[in-house]
Amino acid sequence: MIQPFSQHTGLVAPLDRVNVDTDQMTPKQFCKLLTREGYGKFLFFDWRYLDGEKPNPDFVLNFPRYRGASVLLGRANLGCGSSREHAAWAVLDYGFRVVIAPSFADIFYNNCFKNGVLPVQLKDAEVDELFRRTEATEGYSLSVDLEQQTVRDDSGLLCRFEIDPFRKYALQKGLDEIGLSLEHEAKIAAYEKQRAPAAPLYDPARVDVKYS
Amino acid sequence: MAEARTLYEKIWAAHVVHEEPGKPALIYIDRHLIHEGTSPQAFAGLKAAKRKVRRPDLTFAVMDHSVPTKNRDLPILDVTAKGQFDALAQNCAETGVRLFDMHSANQGIVHIIGPELGITQPGLTIVCGDSHTSTHGAFGALAFGIGTSEVEHVLATQCLIQFKSKTLLVRVDGQRPKGVTAKDLILAIIGRIGVAGGTGHVLEYGGEAVRALSMEGRMTMCNMSIEAGARAGMVAPDETTFAYMDGRPFAPRGKDSQEAVARWKALASDAGAKYDREVELRAEEIAPQVTWGTNPGMVTDVTGRVPEPGSFADAVDRQAAERALQYMALKPGTKIQDIPLDRVFIGSCTNSRIEDLRAAARVVAGKKVARTLKEALVVPGSRLVKAQAEKEGLDKVFTDAGFEWRDAGCSMCIGMNDDILPSGERCASTSNRNFEGRQGKGGRTHLVSPVMAAAAALAGHFVDIRDREWNVDGAE
Repeated sequence: MIQPFSQHTGLVAPLDRVNVDTDQMTPKQFCKLLTREGYGKFLFFDWRYLDGEKPNPDFVLNFPRYRGASVLLGRANLGCGSSREHAAWAVLDYGFRVVIAPSFADIFYNNCFKNGVLPVQLKDAEVDELFRRTEATEGYSLSVDLEQQTVRDDSGLLCRFEIDPFRKYALQKGLDEIGLSLEHEAKIAAYEKQRAPAAPLYDPARVDVKYS
Repeated sequence: MAEARTLYEKIWAAHVVHEEPGKPALIYIDRHLIHEGTSPQAFAGLKAAKRKVRRPDLTFAVMDHSVPTKNRDLPILDVTAKGQFDALAQNCAETGVRLFDMHSANQGIVHIIGPELGITQPGLTIVCGDSHTSTHGAFGALAFGIGTSEVEHVLATQCLIQFKSKTLLVRVDGQRPKGVTAKDLILAIIGRIGVAGGTGHVLEYGGEAVRALSMEGRMTMCNMSIEAGARAGMVAPDETTFAYMDGRPFAPRGKDSQEAVARWKALASDAGAKYDREVELRAEEIAPQVTWGTNPGMVTDVTGRVPEPGSFADAVDRQAAERALQYMALKPGTKIQDIPLDRVFIGSCTNSRIEDLRAAARVVAGKKVARTLKEALVVPGSRLVKAQAEKEGLDKVFTDAGFEWRDAGCSMCIGMNDDILPSGERCASTSNRNFEGRQGKGGRTHLVSPVMAAAAALAGHFVDIRDREWNVDGAE
């Protein structure tokens, strides 16, 4: 069950790179586990650790000032590439409840919602300003209000963001989307009956393909 | 008169099970493909909620991501990979889902076997917990990658809650020059529109150069739609599609086949259908492509040079290029053809079908892999492709030249098995992602077509496949 989201205030960590892909968020070798939990230690693994063990002092999440961050500030096309939900699991398990960027890749954006992580899309100039403030002020934190669709800091900054009303509602309630779809069982069954001739599936006795 | 509709709009409309104003629609999924990598948590979630797999008959499972490509008959020593295989086998046995395990004659990369077995058909909705599900759009299907939560959703309901996408028509007119492949077309498109150029959109590829492609070439193009940010890419079905479908094991047969073709013919976008955006390219202007950076949009002509980061107008692009060149250990201004290689990988769901292997083998025949190369791998996309290639003697052509000939799977495209690009080494790869660490931590990937990879393996560096010595015919 996903944790419902209403409001969150937390320390911001800035990841100043564009096109950060989900291979970086959870590298392949950690995509062989059978659970949804415990991926936080793998988040940005190849950037975060030298030789797989020693924390890389040059990587932003290892800076002492960003320890305990729960708002990840990113750049355009965040979460591109692989559909692996392990990326969203790692973001959540590391402790991030909010991810802010000027744009997100479609699948990662979707996967965030499925795990109670709020992806907030802001304008380029607003994200630039957030990077400036985060880097200028140690301990810089943001308050994100889903109901109001706002992002605020303590010194007067206020940004509004757009979000689809259904996604908002689902996240606020921690909605079981599968349960919601199953409420339409009668419609699904009726569709299957009507659809069947247009999507025939032939079950071959012997699967054998010829090439030309 | 009814409003002109696009291929995407027709398939979407035919799959809406339920919709309410202002909400995403519940759409029906005709085929669900699963593999060992992204399904265990979905089955676990299903079990925890005491739910059942609604349509095991529409669900197909295969082992591909973590399978070894050699010595498959020996015990699996990677305990985490073995855990994935065992979980998939058990989940399929418990739920009645058909599984092509790693010992099946039909095993292969999920996006290779779906089409070759006829599971993939025009007009269907097809999903899989893998971003390269866009491949199946080559048949005029709506196919896209989903996360594990959505895999669970489809297992339980055979439906998905979806928002309608925007549409982007990519037209490639004119004729492809010799040596320029479907891979070069799609890399050039990504280079043009960017790695986020298709975000929020479904791409439809059209135009003379796309129509002229075989089904396999169309699959290569649709496969990399996600590298332009689009979850799905499609090509309208035509005679090429129908001929490919004929006789496939899971495809309609006999009289049903004729009826199916009649239905499929109606799928193509109507004349005058409106797209949210359109992009046009000329095939004659496209050269063989080579990526120089750490995403597929960082690409140039084989005759080009590694760019100067300063040449990018945008500060963000400049910074990204600097970082990429540092990771790739490349100096700005270096000629692409002067870049030396350590390894070559021919495989992946992008380029491991029989035509890819035939084209690469024609380049390689009678020649030898450069001595400076540490390894050259050919990994067929499926065991059926492998068997066919062996029937044609292609395996011998490759091994005589010094390539290794392996069993089918995702292999070094993702490096979840033992096929890993070592840190600091440089690889010409026919795969789809040159992200940092994609083929192995610290590995440096250059994406190219199969013929470009084959020629690079012989030369030890990139070469222009159009040069006469490579003797490429008009085909690929």
